[in-house]
This record gives sequence, structure tokens and C-alpha cells, in this order.
Amino acid sequence: MKLHRLRDAARPAIALQLDGQGIVAQQGDTLLTALLAGGAGHLRRSDFGDESRAGFCLMGACQDCWVTVEGLGRVRACATPAGPGMVVHRG
Amino acid sequence: MKVAVIGAGPAGTRAVETLLAHGISPVWLEESADGGGRIYQRPPAPLARDHRTLYGFEAKRAAALHSAFDAARSRADWRPQTLVWHIRPSTRQLHTVSQGQQAVVDYHAAILCTGAMDRVIPIPGWTHPGVTSLGAAQIALKSQGCAIGQRPVFLGSGPLLWLVAYQYAKAGAPPAAVLDTTPFATKLAATPGLLRGGATFAKGLFYITWLRAHGIPIAEGVSPIAIDGAEDGVTALRWRDAAGREHRTECDALGLGWGLRPEAQLADLAGIPFRFDAVQHNWIPERDLAGRTPVAHHYLAGDGAGIGGAEMAELAGRRAALAVLQNARTPIDTAAAAALDRKLAAGQKFRVALERAFPFPAKLAASLPDDTILCRCEGLRAADIRATAMVDYHAGVAPELNRAKAFSRAGMGRCQGRLCGAATAEVLAAALGQPVEAIGRLRGQPPVKPIPIAAA
Repeated sequence: MKLHRLRDAARPAIALQLDGQGIVAQQGDTLLTALLAGGAGHLRRSDFGDESRAGFCLMGACQDCWVTVEGLGRVRACATPAGPGMVVHRG
Repeated sequence: MKVAVIGAGPAGTRAVETLLAHGISPVWLEESADGGGRIYQRPPAPLARDHRTLYGFEAKRAAALHSAFDAARSRADWRPQTLVWHIRPSTRQLHTVSQGQQAVVDYHAAILCTGAMDRVIPIPGWTHPGVTSLGAAQIALKSQGCAIGQRPVFLGSGPLLWLVAYQYAKAGAPPAAVLDTTPFATKLAATPGLLRGGATFAKGLFYITWLRAHGIPIAEGVSPIAIDGAEDGVTALRWRDAAGREHRTECDALGLGWGLRPEAQLADLAGIPFRFDAVQHNWIPERDLAGRTPVAHHYLAGDGAGIGGAEMAELAGRRAALAVLQNARTPIDTAAAAALDRKLAAGQKFRVALERAFPFPAKLAASLPDDTILCRCEGLRAADIRATAMVDYHAGVAPELNRAKAFSRAGMGRCQGRLCGAATAEVLAAALGQPVEAIGRLRGQPPVKPIPIAAA
């Protein structure tokens, strides 16, 4: 899944890491926006299979955008602001 | 008197504002960081907050609600990023968690303004990255300035389908198609009642007309077949038109939804009885127009108490706060309360027409192919639910929804049935040969959302 920035797309950049890869995001992004606009494609895998997932509801209900942030633990990417230097792992 | 208001959307904001105007500063609990609710969700800084661009026709209403929220926040005991995960009506206590820290909040009266979320039917392939709810597609645009794709398809039925499609086209991501499962004739038949809605109805017509005029492909009375996709995204939607012809529309994202369902888990845990509303095709907690419930000291307002929309939610929030004050023998403007009652009653009539224009396609849900993933948390398929209705199933027949949940784990996952619940009920009811209201509803369980074990 690729989020496309249509508005306010020239905010100051922040840098994150996802599974060892660099991701360039923008101030004001949620973690979900930062990762999926930055080319992550997906955020986790189903607990009961190999399917990839990337969140569904974007309002903190479906719990299908869980990622792990070093220092924060497991969070909902849609409800967590992206911060500079965050080290993120899928799932 | 200590009043707790849960939720800072249109209903919660007006409830708090009304309490403050009568000298009561409530505890105000909100799961997200800001007020406005999902409908008037504000982008975080440094994204721009231009109301006209963000909220279109609703800009004035959004701006008014935000200024009411900003004024009320500093005068109430405002607790953002706080999840109320349990409510104990006998001891009148709320259990909350915020940033991993748990707390117990005592109250004399509670107003639950917990809102709603998209009502979803799982279409084969709906777990692919790039498939979202209609509400999610709107939140991405409104709150993050992002589109879920460059050429999305929007599928479903209801006012949000057309609004989101219009907003995407205006923002520079014209939909590859807008596909409505409701036939045109159904909407036409509901038109006389919809005219009661005045401006709301006119806006709906405007969006549809605008999309047609701008060459966006539109089809009504469609049946979805499946969503094609791969590891990192959606590639196409296959669907059937009203005449039964198959189509394949290429797209890079898909937003789907069929109206809304109340977020009523806390009302359930508070012991408020529910009834099946045949028009909304939802289970709804019992309350009167003023938001009073059969459980003393517990009040409901907004979409969490049955879908009514943002405008009604604001009125209901005000009215529920007045009901709390009346119960405490605080003098209120009874003429204002009566005026609110009249508007709320009129709003309910329009809602009935709206629901008739966009009925929930129960048959579509009931007839999902056996291999469709129904419960995305647990990876359960429609066949797994149907099996629980069979006499020779290893545990015997599941005669109602909670037993089917116990047997199959459908609705037991981390979303607690918020996404699969509506369709699971239709699949089970059809398998049992029962009307959907006869097989019950998924009971709410604490915590209403996952919390760290250390916090419980």
C-alpha cells in the first residue's frame, strides 16, 4: 500500500528506520503515514498465516497496523505520531 | 456532582460545553489526542488547518465545534489519549489507561459519547494492504493530507461513499470507479422521506451529480466479486453490474463501507439493555430522546447511541447534559430542552428515510463464499462460521452468536468483532435459517480494546 501525499506535502523532513531501512517522513505524520508514504508497502503479517497487512480503519479500532517501536513497544501505527530517529520493526 | 464525559466528538463536546455553562466541570476522557471526533478530526501541526479545504460544506459546523472544544478543554478536567477500557456501573467507576498508566475514575453520572465506526462487509481479498474502510480513506485525506492510492475504487453504500469519492476527486486522486451496491430504484423510492433532510439531501445529490459531470465511472446495484492484490497492494476489483455482467476495474487502493455501527461496548458493560433496530439494522442501546437509559446515572449521546450523524450528535450531547442536570435538580432552561427534543425527534424521521435509501445489504454478507476471510484478526473464513451451525459440528450447533464465537473464535480477536461482527451475524443467521435479530449480538468484554497486561 502506498499513501500518496496530496496536501501539505512540503513539511520539514524526519528520518526513521524500518527493519534496518531508512524511511524519510514529514513532521505531523502518524507512524502509519510515515511508513506507508515512505514505501514500506505493508506493516505486519497476519498472526495466522503469511498474509501481509497494512491497517484498515485508521481510527484505532482494527488493531491491524501494529508495529514495534524501540523504547515504546508495540503500538498502533495509525494512532502514534512519527518521531525523528524512531527505530521501527514490522509486526 | 462529579460527571464523566467519554468522548470529545460532536456529542461529547456539546455535552461538556453545556455542563460548564451550568457550573459543572466534568472529567473529560478521549482516546485520541485531540477533540472533534472522527468527522471533524483535525490534522496535527504542522499540517494546515484550513476548514474550507478540510471539511467542505461542513466547514462552518466544524469550525464552530472546534472553537467550542478549544474553549471547553481548559475549563474541564481534560484527559486526552486516555482509553476507558471498563466501566463498573454498580460502583460508578471507570478504568482508564493513558500512556501505559492505569487509573480509576469515580463518577456520579456518566455521559457516554463513544461514536461509531464503519460497518464493513468482508469482500474476498479485503485483507490486502491498500484496502481500507471508507472512514479510513477520509481520515487519511483529512488528517494527513494523503490519499490511500492514486486511482482508488470506492465500494459500498451510504452518504459517505459519495462524499469520500468527491473529496478524493477534488484533492487530486480521482476514483477509478464509485460502485454502489444499492440499486438506483431503492434510493428513488426513499426520496420523499429524504426531502425532509433538506440541505443534507441536496449535498448528497450534489456529490453524485458532480462526480458524473467529471467523468468518474459510477455504477449502482453492483455485486462485488473479489479484490485482487499482492504483497504490497491492490491491483483490481472484480464486480458484477446490475445486469449480471462481470467487470474488472484496475486500481491501486480500495475503500469500502456500508454505513456505520455504534461503538457501544461501554454502554454494554454499563448494563444498558440493547434492542435490534430493524431500520438501522444495528443493535442499539436503549435510551430516550434525552439520552437517559434504564441504568440510572448513565446517559448516552451521539452515534454510539444509534446512528444519527454529527448534527444530531451535537443536539444529543447538549440534551444529555441537560438531562444530567435535571436529574440533579439543577435549574435548566426547560424551553431549550423541549426545543432540542423536537429537533431530535425530527432528525430521527430523516434518519429512517436515509437508512431506507441505503439499506444494509444483508444478503451480500450472508452469501459470502466459503473461503472468504471473515475475521481478519484470527484468519477465520466464512466456512468456519457456517460449520458452527451444523448439527454434526464437533461441539454441536451454535444456536447464537456468542456460542459461535466460543466455538470458532470469530469476534474474539484483537478488534473484538468490530470489523467482522456485522457479517458474521449474517452468515450465522443464514446458516441457521434464522432472522439476524434472533441470533443475538456479540457481548462487550473488558478491556474494550487491547491494553498492556501491566496496565490491567
